[in-house]
Amino acid sequence: MKRIIRSTAALLMSGLSCGSVLAQDMLQSLGAGEGEVSIVAWAGYIERGETDKNFDWVTKFEADTGCKVSVKTAATSDEMVALMNEGGFDLVTASGDASLRLIAGKRVQPINTALIPSWSTIDPRLESAPWHTVDGVHYGTPYVWGANVLMYNTEVFKDAPPTSWNVVFEETTLPDGKSNKGRVQAYDGPIYVADAALYLMTHKPELGITDPYALNEDQYKAALDLLRVQRTLVGRYWHDAFIQMDDFKNEGVVASSSWPFMVNVLKAEGAPVASTFPAEGTTGWADTTMLHVDSPHPNCAYMWMEHSLSPKVQGDVSAWFGTVPSVPAACKGNELLGDTGCATNGADDFEKIRFWRTPTTKCATGECVPYYRWVSDYVGVIGGR
Amino acid sequence: MTALADMSGAIMPNRRGWLGALSDHFWRRPGLLIFLMLLPAILWLGIVYLGSLLALLIQSFFSIDEFSGLINHEFTLKTYAELLKPQNLDIIVRTVMMSALVTIASAIIAFPIAYMAARYARGKWKALFYLSIMLPLWASYLVKIYAWKLILAKEGILNWLFEQLHLTWLLEAWLAIPVIGGNSLSISYTGTFLVFLYVWMPFMILPIQAAIERVPTNLLDASADLGATPRQTFWKVIFPLTLPGVIAGSIFTFSLTLGDYIIPQIVGNSQFFIGQAVYSHQGTAGNIPLAAAFTVVPIVIMGIYLWLAKRAGAFNAL
Repeated sequence: MKRIIRSTAALLMSGLSCGSVLAQDMLQSLGAGEGEVSIVAWAGYIERGETDKNFDWVTKFEADTGCKVSVKTAATSDEMVALMNEGGFDLVTASGDASLRLIAGKRVQPINTALIPSWSTIDPRLESAPWHTVDGVHYGTPYVWGANVLMYNTEVFKDAPPTSWNVVFEETTLPDGKSNKGRVQAYDGPIYVADAALYLMTHKPELGITDPYALNEDQYKAALDLLRVQRTLVGRYWHDAFIQMDDFKNEGVVASSSWPFMVNVLKAEGAPVASTFPAEGTTGWADTTMLHVDSPHPNCAYMWMEHSLSPKVQGDVSAWFGTVPSVPAACKGNELLGDTGCATNGADDFEKIRFWRTPTTKCATGECVPYYRWVSDYVGVIGGR
Repeated sequence: MTALADMSGAIMPNRRGWLGALSDHFWRRPGLLIFLMLLPAILWLGIVYLGSLLALLIQSFFSIDEFSGLINHEFTLKTYAELLKPQNLDIIVRTVMMSALVTIASAIIAFPIAYMAARYARGKWKALFYLSIMLPLWASYLVKIYAWKLILAKEGILNWLFEQLHLTWLLEAWLAIPVIGGNSLSISYTGTFLVFLYVWMPFMILPIQAAIERVPTNLLDASADLGATPRQTFWKVIFPLTLPGVIAGSIFTFSLTLGDYIIPQIVGNSQFFIGQAVYSHQGTAGNIPLAAAFTVVPIVIMGIYLWLAKRAGAFNAL
């Protein structure tokens, strides 16, 4: 009897491992398109010219491949993970915090880079980025990335753009002779604790912070203390891109962490703003197009991944959203992005960017403060505690 | 009952067709028809409404594991203890204070407006009154709040107006007051308060107006005949009779302010209200128990409030 159990277990085990090997197996050759492909994406990532007819990178794809694109927009990484867990979608444009969760949860499959001719054109800095490559296996194609830049008012700072985040973290006198109190902003998401930690990496090296997303109790406490100082300088935290733009125009805000998107829009409106990458570096995000493990339309999905890497699409998305293309060729000759677009959005500052990750209890240095505590404590900081 | 049903079958032949049969069936069992008609409502109330409420309540008795961040599915009051932390208590006190102030202020402003609309406006004017009270409700809620943000901004129209009137010093003195002040009106509790007041005002005016319209005019005449001054008439006759209307309105303004999480996010100094706290604790944070516990707070407060309102007879004025 015992032997039967053991052999059944062995059989089961071999079956399981066989199954996992199969799951790891990627598509070996491309067939004809299935006629459709469904994508979970951030709003504005997949445009078909409905908002602005100049921004359309879907219509031509549909005409060329016969794959009808349907987009399900998601507002947060959690929504993306939930939708992918539910299934029925082919692709997702996952950010760094969602992508690893999806890989760990086996909701996405490895991709066969041989089937994506443009793979070789990808920025070598992103080709094996840790947020989509695990143990040397690629789980998607890089889409676009961007940084949380320091936006400032050019009339206040004149010819001397701020070189450090200290203008938003500590009380100083700005070049126009007035204090920065009440004239700076910070992001109201708890992930902003990482920005404080990043600042402390340079200014308080004795804390020994090596990764702003992996903080032990002491480092975390120091970051919160810095944020409490910041609370006394900040009138209102920003949450919504459009509200921040309005605050720069109407509330006398002169410096804040921001996205290239707001900088571009405000500049286009003629507002006196510019952005800079301070010496401490910045935080940022990088998105990956990932393929669902049970994708119903893998051929069309591969075609979309190939399409998403074309310089035209990469450049157009970047112009629309203020991001940096993952394909360097997109930086030249794109009508919408312009030849300086990539540099403005941060293409040359890749090394300075600490890409967004969800802080977890388990980390390289042992035990770290998990994200849910970042949330409750940041609420306290904003509340003046 | 069966005997009666059989008898009716004996007196009149059954109607033909399935519709006829169905109709007969319902006629014989009136309870069944009522049950079927109530079923959708019961299901809605039971599953969608009470069910989700119950699920929420259960969640709030779980806790989050300090180390792994996973939800501990065991009954505990730990999450509720968490609510008593100073930073969370701040949020609750802040929200309740704001709701109370908005309610009181809107009652004071709404009463004369409602009185005018109910007693003096006639015909065309009455329609105009209704229209102007309801008009703000037709515009998108978000558009209104964004508009208010612009009105209250440092370089907004209100500041400009104060400047033209040479009253900037007054505004600055007001904004210098701790707690209610700030960098500008749109970055202060005063601004949040004004927007709340504006947005929920119609919900206060309409019940009060309904209550005033129901006060018989002969009572007012009698009061005057008996020598009461207008002030006495107001406090002894009108106010007690319209109080249920005021309370009914206050239920709306109080609960709407208690639950709102968009206004304090756009206008104000970013300090959290209950709704925002709920919003941020669920999601990536995954602290559903604390979010649920936070949600229970306004439910409890409103429960007490409604109980008091019922005792004051407010539900007759709705």
